[in-house]
Amino acid sequence: MNDPMPAESGSGLPLYVQPVPPDSGRPERSSRPLVRQFVVAPENWARLAGDAARASWRWSGIWAEDRSPVLELSLLLERAGQYSWVRTRIPLDALRLPSQTSAYPAADRMERRIHDLFGLVFSDHPDPRRWIRHQGWSGEDFPLRRMYPTAGRPERSTPPDADYPFVLAQGSGVCEIPVGPIHAGIIEPGHFRFQVVGETILRLEERLGYAHKGIEKIAEGRDPQGLVRLAGRVSGDSTVSHAWAACQAMEQAAGLPVPGRAQVLRALFAERERIANHLGDIGAICGDVGFAFGQSQFGRLREVFLRLNDELFGHRLLMDVITPGGVRCDLPADGASRLLEERARLRHELATLRPALADNTSLQDRWCGTGILPGEVARTLGVLGYVARASGVDHDLRRDAPYVPYDLLEIRVPVADAGDVAARVRIRQDEIDISLGLMADLLDILPDGPCQSAWLAPQPGAEGLGFVESWRGELWAYVRFGTDGLIARYHPRDPSVLNWSALEHLITGAIVPDFPVCNKSVNGSYAGHDL
Amino acid sequence: MFRQLTRICRVGIVSEPTPCGRGPALDLLGPRLEDAVSRIFHGSLAIRQVDAGSCNGCELEIQALSNPYYAIERYGIHFVASPRHADLLLVTGPVSRHMQTALRLAYEAMPEPKRVLAVGHCGADGGEFGVSYASCGAVHRVIPVDGVIRGCPPSPAVLVQGILELIDPALLQVPAPDPDSDPPASREGL
Ligand code: SF4
Repeated sequence: MNDPMPAESGSGLPLYVQPVPPDSGRPERSSRPLVRQFVVAPENWARLAGDAARASWRWSGIWAEDRSPVLELSLLLERAGQYSWVRTRIPLDALRLPSQTSAYPAADRMERRIHDLFGLVFSDHPDPRRWIRHQGWSGEDFPLRRMYPTAGRPERSTPPDADYPFVLAQGSGVCEIPVGPIHAGIIEPGHFRFQVVGETILRLEERLGYAHKGIEKIAEGRDPQGLVRLAGRVSGDSTVSHAWAACQAMEQAAGLPVPGRAQVLRALFAERERIANHLGDIGAICGDVGFAFGQSQFGRLREVFLRLNDELFGHRLLMDVITPGGVRCDLPADGASRLLEERARLRHELATLRPALADNTSLQDRWCGTGILPGEVARTLGVLGYVARASGVDHDLRRDAPYVPYDLLEIRVPVADAGDVAARVRIRQDEIDISLGLMADLLDILPDGPCQSAWLAPQPGAEGLGFVESWRGELWAYVRFGTDGLIARYHPRDPSVLNWSALEHLITGAIVPDFPVCNKSVNGSYAGHDL
Repeated sequence: MFRQLTRICRVGIVSEPTPCGRGPALDLLGPRLEDAVSRIFHGSLAIRQVDAGSCNGCELEIQALSNPYYAIERYGIHFVASPRHADLLLVTGPVSRHMQTALRLAYEAMPEPKRVLAVGHCGADGGEFGVSYASCGAVHRVIPVDGVIRGCPPSPAVLVQGILELIDPALLQVPAPDPDSDPPASREGL
């Protein structure tokens, strides 16, 4: 690790990383994030992480696949809107690899996850506890290995993961508060372990994995339609983004061009998903500090917004509107005018609501300075989306690595430095406004033509990566087809995977009653993380 | 403060007096629900919602029941934090194996008489996820279930209808168009 930085190749990565020549079937459209492929020897895995971190590459995720007799591990790094996809192969009978956590703390949980699902041991990992596995399968079983049956070998009743070794804080006056997996509100399952002194939180430890339902395993063997239905249910609040990323990946694998009209409509759906979630969450953040007025008003705006989704596109949350090769529903004849009407009305309403929040001193008193995530920490953890942007990390795929149709648009990206709840709310308000503008821009560039191309059977083994800036941040999906035109591997990477760890940091030193508002201001998806 | 008051006055009361969206008509269902809650539950029906492994889509629509349009509390229905206070358990998702015990414990903690509604295609039959090494599938495979509310996710109005149907089936004479549970393919003409 103390080596001087090896000379860089033209790729920006060290020379021991071998570039893979792009295969001939590549870009059907030039406008998607540039992804360069490399292979590296397993013994250089940790060294690569150190060198890449020093060269300011951002760690975006890892995934694995059982390609008997080897396990293939893929790493995605990003710098200035360009991606490097680095693979390594480890024999299945000697599954050991050095950990990348010392260079990239973001790798921590993802490596533990890969250990639980594939059995790959990351030597010198600082925290070898199980992560995604509770008691649903044994420590000798690895569900994502080919040999492991999809049905598993479950006991009649799965015991709770009662003896998970949480980190203990000791000392006089330190109490422990266990919360979950069933929470007090109408929210997803997960466990939080607080160590507190009085009201002050010394430490929070998250324990996730309760919503793990084997999405990656049950994706195997599906046809493209079946996969996109599943992708749309990875995280219900991000159904458009996940479906879009999965479709991009499949279309890239098949070399299938998507009609321009469908591309623009997909972006329109994604912007609507962003607005709907921001509206609902700002309302909930108001509710978490007892500001019923804000909760009602934003809840009302979200409801009206969802109803128009239902009327125009047939589903309130826009599930199943995106399909391989295009979109399932066209914009109705009066659609554009109704969307513009709604946009004007919503803009007007938000313009009156915004000062009502900003000028309310008791509300701002709860939000300002609460749950601060310093920019340094956000960068180290690889945090994404509005959580990162509220902590000064100026990153948005739509602008930095534009994919169709954002390459045709100008994207404004709001950034703040405070990193507190107030900043996250402010950024989300700005993003609503920007997305409303984008909706009009998208309608402007909406070309005539078909909404769908007929599906093309991909080459055996064809693979693809799809990228979307979802409302939560950078989201991607990897798809590889088998020999039969069916899915051999699907890995969706929800931004929550990286954002959850931010909550543990920003809550330290806060008081217990501020936890709900801090949690909501980050709003990680349990389902999207657990898969 | 002044801004809030003007806003409140301008918006007025939006709680639904009219049919909402394409679901069943809330103006018909609502009063019947209120009546049933008042007769059968002395005016107060306490619901404990448990997400046993859903994709969170169902949660979004259950949360929407509390927005000013549905304002489900006006019918005497409220969501409670403890299963010990609950008359009705509203369970979403296929039950993940990791949530199996937690769900069973929540069910056992409820006082008798208790009712259980499985929500969404997932709760009803495992939906898109089915049964696997990580998922037990439908809610009834883990705890006894008294009724299901289908949909992916069921819209808030369909949820209201499902709750009414469970607590007093005799009262339910409203025809039940349930477009949200159709597979999307059949809605192409919309
Ligand atoms: S029924 Fe649909 S919305 Fe509900 S949890 Fe299942 S997939 Fe998600």
